[in-house]
Amino acid sequence: MKTLETGKLNLNEVFYGQSIPDKSGHFGKYGGKFVPETLMPALEQLEKEYLKAKDDPKFNEELKYYLNQYVGRPSPLYYAKRLTEKLSGAKIYLKREDLNHTGAHKINNTLGQVLLAIRMGKERIIAETGAGQHGVATATAAAMFGMKCDVYMGEEDIRRQSLNVFKMKLLGANVIPVKSGSKTLKDATNEALRDWMSSVENTHYIIGSVVGPHPYPMMVRDFQVVIGQEVKEQIQKAEGQLPDYIIACVGGGSNAIGVFYPFIEDKDVKLIGVEAGGLGFDVGQHAASLSRGEKGVLHGSLSYVLQDDDGQTSLVHSISAGLDYPGVGPEHSYLKDTGRAEYVSVTDDEAVDAFNLCTRLEGIIPALEASHAIAYTVKFAPTIEKDKIIVINLSGSGDKDSFEVAEKMGIDL
Amino acid sequence: MNRIDAKFKELRDRNEPAFIPFITAGDPSLDVTRELIVEFDRKGSDLIELGVPFSDPIADGPVIQSSYYRALSGGVKLSDILELVKDVRKESEIPIVSMISQSILFKNGCDNFVRSAVKAGFDGATIPDLPVEEAEEIMEAGKKEGFKIICFIAPTTTSDRMELIVKKSQGFLYYISVVGITGARSELPADITENIQNIKRSTDLPVAMGFGISTPEQARAAGKVADGVIVGSAIMREIEKFSNQGNKVLVDKVGRFVGELVKSTKDQN
Ligand SMILES: Cc1ncc(COP(=O)(O)O)c(C=O)c1O
Repeated sequence: MKTLETGKLNLNEVFYGQSIPDKSGHFGKYGGKFVPETLMPALEQLEKEYLKAKDDPKFNEELKYYLNQYVGRPSPLYYAKRLTEKLSGAKIYLKREDLNHTGAHKINNTLGQVLLAIRMGKERIIAETGAGQHGVATATAAAMFGMKCDVYMGEEDIRRQSLNVFKMKLLGANVIPVKSGSKTLKDATNEALRDWMSSVENTHYIIGSVVGPHPYPMMVRDFQVVIGQEVKEQIQKAEGQLPDYIIACVGGGSNAIGVFYPFIEDKDVKLIGVEAGGLGFDVGQHAASLSRGEKGVLHGSLSYVLQDDDGQTSLVHSISAGLDYPGVGPEHSYLKDTGRAEYVSVTDDEAVDAFNLCTRLEGIIPALEASHAIAYTVKFAPTIEKDKIIVINLSGSGDKDSFEVAEKMGIDL
Repeated sequence: MNRIDAKFKELRDRNEPAFIPFITAGDPSLDVTRELIVEFDRKGSDLIELGVPFSDPIADGPVIQSSYYRALSGGVKLSDILELVKDVRKESEIPIVSMISQSILFKNGCDNFVRSAVKAGFDGATIPDLPVEEAEEIMEAGKKEGFKIICFIAPTTTSDRMELIVKKSQGFLYYISVVGITGARSELPADITENIQNIKRSTDLPVAMGFGISTPEQARAAGKVADGVIVGSAIMREIEKFSNQGNKVLVDKVGRFVGELVKSTKDQN
């Protein structure tokens, strides 16, 4: 095994990524590039520049510098003693991505992409956002580097995540409300892609997860892999072994692939992704693309999606805006089909219960997204032996969710 | 011979550019769409581009996007659109090309889609979110049935890509005249003539041009350089404008607008 200094990312040491995805951006049959011809040259340029940057020591050094000094990496791997005792099963560790600057894993990706945009000579950044975490992380990186930033956000999400909208504006970003379709993340993504169709010559589009056309699923993964690289070292230090289970929530799948990826070749480590089961399994009530969807094309790649018999995208629901998305990254579809990872779901209510449990027992308020991973652990940990080790990727902080949870509890803030 | 090839041959012999209206199937209703196609044929249109509504179009501007939403809200399905074309074929032999998202195409399966489209009377398809690299399967399926897959070239397309695209495209080439989404523009970019001449040097396929053309004057200018002129959003905007005045008025008014576009496209003096 390669030893990596904690918190020091090396993009060119990413393991099986040399062959997956293949040259045309396919993970098995998934992925690819399904975008209008207008965007194809931009994707080709992006891929070329990214592959060059990935092997450039200067780029790696620069990214490491900001991840350490600005984001505060490495994030701790914390032994959740009281949660472990309460569930009286496997030993539970929390990977504290909530402690990153801006409160979630999203910043790992936006810093990488902004640095890349600067290399490519682009002057303007655009992004889509659901929960607003990616929007805030993008606006933050753009502010730090003095770039113009426009963030597309569905009107429904603007309502649910007003705090993040305010933060983005403070950071100097322009938040553009999206009124079309379901007024959530998928529509914000459509709108950002449309903007990019007209602005591609001077604008870089920072996608917030491992979704979209090639090279995004590969590139965003590589920028998030630092999470898993750190976990690998930290758990060796703490336990002298690898974990038995890694559990992460899956919206688009970036925090999950980030923590899974360095363990893919370690076949004894079980990888579990937790999707949003929402209110139940009727169409429109959940966002569990891998558990309940079928193969289809959305936002530029082939993956599992929630759509009707005609190929029209279905409505989705989750209490957590960051999981409220009808698609998922193509690499997760590949991991599902090959059996390397398993995907499950929990409901809104289970996630809120886990949110409360973690807050009370550990003094950590988890994001509602991450609460899905905790909720599955609450059910799962008691069923396995005490000498097993579970790592949960605590992808973000729940500060942003205060209003949503208060509303659910019938409390007026 | 496929209706598209026959039409362009006939136009080439007459040294005349094609006029190609785009409309969304099912907005405001399937009946009106059928009547409009027949009316557009009567007014001298050469080919119809029929949009299959999709929930998440990325190449389309607000006008076409909202027409898709109206059609979908009315419950329009792909099977209804196939029936619609079957009905049109009782009255008109105008070539019809579907504009369909890869999302819908993939869900239906390439072979299955091509077979049912040909049976209904479609002559080809444009797939705006399917670049040539990913188009192998649909092209194979199309070839078996003589169903044309029309590819796009954009102003951003590099010369390497252009070579690939002109080799693959069937029936004609669709030149996207602006860097951006569909929708009317008050002015068209200056480099169009040069770009189209550049394409025509490397292929014998007719080159039709669309995205942003909205007025008879622009159609005339486009007809001078391209072999075909495609107008979509401007027509959909007319449809929206007259949609609550009864079908007869709508078909008459929009037909008249298309008639003007046909006239100025063809009037090359
Ligand atoms: C804290 C947090 N976790 C998870 C997600 C889901 O995204 P992904 O699946 O890409 O990690 C989000 C998205 O906004 C988020 O804010």
